[in-house]
Amino acid sequence: MIRTVLRIGFLNLRRDRVALSLKFVLPVIFFSIFASVFGGRGNAGTARINLAVVDEDQSEFSIRLLAGLRNEKGLNVRTTAEGNGTGPTLDRRTAEHSVRSGDVPVAVVIPAGLGESFAKDGFTGGAAVSIQLLSDVSDPIAPQMVQGLLQKVTMTAAPDLLMQGGLRQFEQQAGAMTPQQKTAVDAWIPRLREQSQPGSTAQGGGGGMGVRVDVIDVMRSSSNNGSLISFYAAGVGVMFLLFSSVAGAGGALLDEAEAGTLERVLSTNVSLTGLLAGKWIFLALGGVAQLTVMFLWGSVVFGVPLFSHLPGFFVMTTVTAGAAAALGLVLATLARSREQLSGFSTILVLTMSALGGSMFPRFLMSETMQKVGLLTFNAWALDGYLKVFWRDAPLWQLWPQVLVLCGLTAVFLGTARMLARRWEAA
Amino acid sequence: MNVLTVSGARKSFGTVTALDGASFELRQGELLALLGPNGAGKTTLIRAIAGRVRLDSGEIRMFDRLLDGRHTPPELGIVPQEIAIYPLLTARENLEVFGALHGLQGQDLRKQVDWGLDSVGLSDRGRDPVGQFSGGMRRRLNIACGVLHRPRVVLLDEPTVGVDPQSRDRIYDTLAALAAAGASLLLTTHHLEEAEARCSRTVIIDHGKAIASGTTPELVDQTVGRYRLVSLRLNMPLGIADAARLTSEAGVDIDAADAKVVKARMRDVAMELPTLLDTIRAAGRTIDDVDVRGPSLQAVFIHLTGKDLRE
Repeated sequence: MIRTVLRIGFLNLRRDRVALSLKFVLPVIFFSIFASVFGGRGNAGTARINLAVVDEDQSEFSIRLLAGLRNEKGLNVRTTAEGNGTGPTLDRRTAEHSVRSGDVPVAVVIPAGLGESFAKDGFTGGAAVSIQLLSDVSDPIAPQMVQGLLQKVTMTAAPDLLMQGGLRQFEQQAGAMTPQQKTAVDAWIPRLREQSQPGSTAQGGGGGMGVRVDVIDVMRSSSNNGSLISFYAAGVGVMFLLFSSVAGAGGALLDEAEAGTLERVLSTNVSLTGLLAGKWIFLALGGVAQLTVMFLWGSVVFGVPLFSHLPGFFVMTTVTAGAAAALGLVLATLARSREQLSGFSTILVLTMSALGGSMFPRFLMSETMQKVGLLTFNAWALDGYLKVFWRDAPLWQLWPQVLVLCGLTAVFLGTARMLARRWEAA
Repeated sequence: MNVLTVSGARKSFGTVTALDGASFELRQGELLALLGPNGAGKTTLIRAIAGRVRLDSGEIRMFDRLLDGRHTPPELGIVPQEIAIYPLLTARENLEVFGALHGLQGQDLRKQVDWGLDSVGLSDRGRDPVGQFSGGMRRRLNIACGVLHRPRVVLLDEPTVGVDPQSRDRIYDTLAALAAAGASLLLTTHHLEEAEARCSRTVIIDHGKAIASGTTPELVDQTVGRYRLVSLRLNMPLGIADAARLTSEAGVDIDAADAKVVKARMRDVAMELPTLLDTIRAAGRTIDDVDVRGPSLQAVFIHLTGKDLRE
């Protein structure tokens, strides 16, 4: 008996390709995606951090500090508005704008007087003048990494200057050095200067001592409490929007085709184009309602700042829901049965959600994976929501996301209409 | 007057020929049965008339207007074989949406919805979701949705499949009322007795061709002839010699499954039956039961399409 039951199960599984792919292919796809995202397979590993540097000091120390930062392999340093070294030189205001707009996750401002303070006071000079690190804390990694590298570079870029400052402090506290001591120090300082040259692997010897760094969260400064939650609301919302759009489109077309109502409706005054347009509008409105409910809940329970970002929210929600509905129609017209649609869309939506940032932020991924993510629907939608809720971007700055999502909508609708020809007169 | 004329309709799907020159006509106010074995081409023909299948060749005219095979004519009402209604909607809501899709609106729509519910006996269930309905109720609503917009020609694909005799009667009453109001109806069915009893004419289609058409008497005359089938049940089987004599002289068949049953085809029962009874009594047998049957559409159908299973 059990053998017969096993045989029935085996035969059914063997002939159900969708079930087979869900069982064996989907886990492999997801394993590959996660391995690529976190393991850096097929790319240069962890992304280099884009860092904007503003040198207000223009001292020998600040110049050597900048050179040291440029020499760090984990950093991609820019001092001008454009990443390729063109454009006007960054100042504090434009650097902060770059962080707020998402061009860079971190900016370092070397304030005027830092070099002089170091030359005068050495290790303890930082107490008076500190480096400012402007950061976007939605990226929990980049600011920490830059802070650490700053400590390293201040030690290794100008050890001679630090030594001179330290000795000055020593002389103030303990009295002047003897001529012999001075000769020994003078012989040592050039060697320290040599060690600071680019390419040097010298390690700072300051132990726990180093330059003082003040971390300033430029996003929080505009009372953005709850914005990080809005990022997750958008991520989860877009993923479920895709699922519900596909399910809705499947119900709207495949179930109706199976039940015979599609044929019947097409035998009335409604054309296939009119029918698809009606289904699309219905699905899109449903998507808008779904995301609105989610953000309202987020607003009431988790403090998502929905009401202070209503225009941007409605722009992004409308174009996102429209594109998701159109994608749902493409998948529903592509599939031959509900089972096919269910299996195929599960794979596609989960893959897009993983790559596009719905499951974990794209800035955690390598540069290559971030670029691959841009091929997904989710990435553009989430970038738009991030601009609205996190970066307080004005509406016009949403144009790339709106343009791409509207373009995708047009392509999806055209494709769905073409695929739906199978329901036209045979 | 012909309201619908199908001439030389041909349609193939890949290597399968669905229609192979089918021709027939539907007359004003008649209820025409389109009969045929499974796979004969009935549904393809219905879909071609409905504008859902484009013919490879041949033509379909409705009210003398050539149909393009791409659009459903506005005078047409279609009742599909599937129960193509929305189960989560109420009966009234279903009628409202299909009426609106056919262009009805406002007061006219409300009036027709009330008429539709009444005509299929669902006036008291109009506000109930269709998902709670029995098969017969759904089937009746399925018909109402197809005729709500007062079509002059109605195509019904197996409108009574899977329903009880009460619902079937109600459905045919509805169709008769539509025909009496001037609509012309074409229906497919496998219930030959129904077609014989309820339809004014019959078209039999097989292998994509219309192979016979007419009233049942006309079809009988064209095919099996107007004989009666007489069956006699005897008290015991005939002896070999008597059976041989009856078979050769009176054209009698002995039932292969039951030797006590004797069958004969008679053109004039009043003249031929007494002679047969006398002969049997002379052979020492008594007659327990007599059954006389006239020629049926079933006999015509089997005569024309054979007994082989299809598909």
